[in-house]
Amino acid sequence: MDFDFTDEQRDIKSTAHEFLASRYKPEHVRELAESDSPYSDEDWKAISELGWPGIAIAEEHGGEGLGTVELVILQEELGYFCAPSPFIANALAGAAIEAAGSDEQKGKWLPGIASGEARGSAEMTCDPDPILGAAKGASILVMANGNGAKLVEPEEAELERIDMIDSTRAYFRVKAEGGEDMPGDIARAGSVGQIAMAAELVGIAQRALDIAVEYAKERQQFGRPIGAYQAVSHRLAEMLWAVEEARSLTYSAAWAADSDPELVPIAASMAKARASDAGTSVTHDAIQTLGGIGFTWEHDVHFFLKRARASAQMLGTARAHRDNVATLVGLS
Amino acid sequence: MDLTLTESEQEFRDEFRAWIEGNHPGKAPRGGDQVQFEFEREWQRKLHDAGWAGVSWPKEYGGRGATLIEQSIFGEELARAKAPRPANVLGLVMGGPVVIAHGTEPQKERFLEPILSAEEIWCQGFSEPESGSDLASLKTKAVKEDGGWRITGQKVWTTFAHEAKWCMLVARSDSEAPKHKGLTYFLMDMDQDEIEVRPLRQITGEAEFNELFIENAWVPDENVVGGEGNGWMVAITTLMNERAGLGASAALGLANSLDELVELAKERGMASDPIVRDKVARLKIGIEGLRMGALRALTSTMKVGTPGPEGSIAKLQWSSTNQALTELALEIGGPEMLAKDSDWAYRFLRSRANSIEGGTTDVLKNIVAERVLSLPKLR
Repeated sequence: MDFDFTDEQRDIKSTAHEFLASRYKPEHVRELAESDSPYSDEDWKAISELGWPGIAIAEEHGGEGLGTVELVILQEELGYFCAPSPFIANALAGAAIEAAGSDEQKGKWLPGIASGEARGSAEMTCDPDPILGAAKGASILVMANGNGAKLVEPEEAELERIDMIDSTRAYFRVKAEGGEDMPGDIARAGSVGQIAMAAELVGIAQRALDIAVEYAKERQQFGRPIGAYQAVSHRLAEMLWAVEEARSLTYSAAWAADSDPELVPIAASMAKARASDAGTSVTHDAIQTLGGIGFTWEHDVHFFLKRARASAQMLGTARAHRDNVATLVGLS
Repeated sequence: MDLTLTESEQEFRDEFRAWIEGNHPGKAPRGGDQVQFEFEREWQRKLHDAGWAGVSWPKEYGGRGATLIEQSIFGEELARAKAPRPANVLGLVMGGPVVIAHGTEPQKERFLEPILSAEEIWCQGFSEPESGSDLASLKTKAVKEDGGWRITGQKVWTTFAHEAKWCMLVARSDSEAPKHKGLTYFLMDMDQDEIEVRPLRQITGEAEFNELFIENAWVPDENVVGGEGNGWMVAITTLMNERAGLGASAALGLANSLDELVELAKERGMASDPIVRDKVARLKIGIEGLRMGALRALTSTMKVGTPGPEGSIAKLQWSSTNQALTELALEIGGPEMLAKDSDWAYRFLRSRANSIEGGTTDVLKNIVAERVLSLPKLR
């Protein structure tokens, strides 16, 4: 029993943290979020040079051959910096093709997805219409098709950009009649996507907590830092509780995805449900702790609130995942 | 990262699991009375004879020297088998470890073996009517005399006081010193007329706890632990022992209860009720969150000596989940769940103490705020 990162995983985490801290400084995130397109080609190139897009893709298809735990490490750090990046859409497409694609489909698309040179994009919700992240500029789209998934080339699809309150990611409503079915079972990729999204929410929530704690130590009212008052400090303690519980469930689900397939369906649902709630409640509470300044456009915390809300509603809401958990514990 | 057991951890688990299967005494009688206590004492003797009583204790003191993960497995296996608790639980998890950490050689020789064998039961005299969360404000007085100390004061929430031979008692030995500095840790012989034990009836109707009225009781010098004036430091160790490593087995206890709750919901035709489903799923998520957090904390403690932030929330997770679980059982079961002989009614009432005993939820949030988040203190 060793519920901790290996030295190699720890290195990935600290490298990612340092890289993202210098690449996605708050002013850069703001600039991207306020622009027409939140993604920068330069940033994607830098991320691709680190090998991140192929982190969990097999070496035979040009990836790093690592696992869901490593993917989760990167996604948590990307969430921590609210990094505007097509990373998760690309990772989801890679996981889907790797899980369900034919050998030919894998050979055709995975190397580009792994190198970052020919990005993929995947469906993040089908309610009410399919919404894909980062679909524009992608070389291949993965969309639900009954119980499975199909591959759609961009020229076969009609893309409509949706302006969501979360402007740190680009979302597209996609219509596509045609496409090519993938023969395999997509379920595992769905779970990996949910776990990765849970990790992003853990990162977002951790950052919102850090912002709130820092502010509570500095902001003085009635002659004391507000963090000395229990009305504030107990809320911050509850925020830490939410973050840590979501983190424990997310890491254990990531481990299960790599090492214990039977556990994955319930572990992924538990992680996504808990992390969705943690992401939304902690960002709400961060704004409450910040008071008026937290409600201004000028402060960065609203980007985290909006990203958390969007991520909570993609790949299954907390409510839907809890319904799945209820079934899996025997209520049926 | 590897959440499976190592080969030696598996061997440990298999050995203990097989032992329990062959030696399970059945369900303990309830009621907190003599019958229940003797049942639990017999169970501990059985554990001790097979070398399973002081699992966490070092081998040189009659224990098994188990790793933290093994201790956690031990607790999980007990919970899985729904085995009774051993009678001398306070001696095993608090008294023994304190004597091992702070006791003199003669104290180790005198006290440890009878704890393991349940020959001498231990109780804890910390809380007082006016000193609960603010333990260091306690007023029970220790006055120095030739060869020992005279103790006078009142203690409350003392479990097993009727059966106990020894009381872990913290008293004020220096009224001039600052409040944390003037305390001393004593092992007080309960077998003296100067101590009156009165059962404290609780909201379940039974009396798990007692009040102690102490009037000039005697403690010889050789029963001071950790030296005069060091009582706070020694007491903190016992409290840490009370909390360390309980998360995973506590989660298994909750998982057992959740299984029963799921059965209850099905019996009552509520398996497809969306609100019941949502609440059950929240409980499952809370239980697994506790278990996984506990395993993270154990790994961290084994590697670097202390748990990470996840360790600070285990008690909060456990108490809130157990309370929500028993509340849901009453909600699903309807009025008949409130019958006095209903097990769920008992568990509901007992769970109200979960957010008070062993550190209140309110104080634990202060601790998270101050020690984990480094927020300024109000005091």
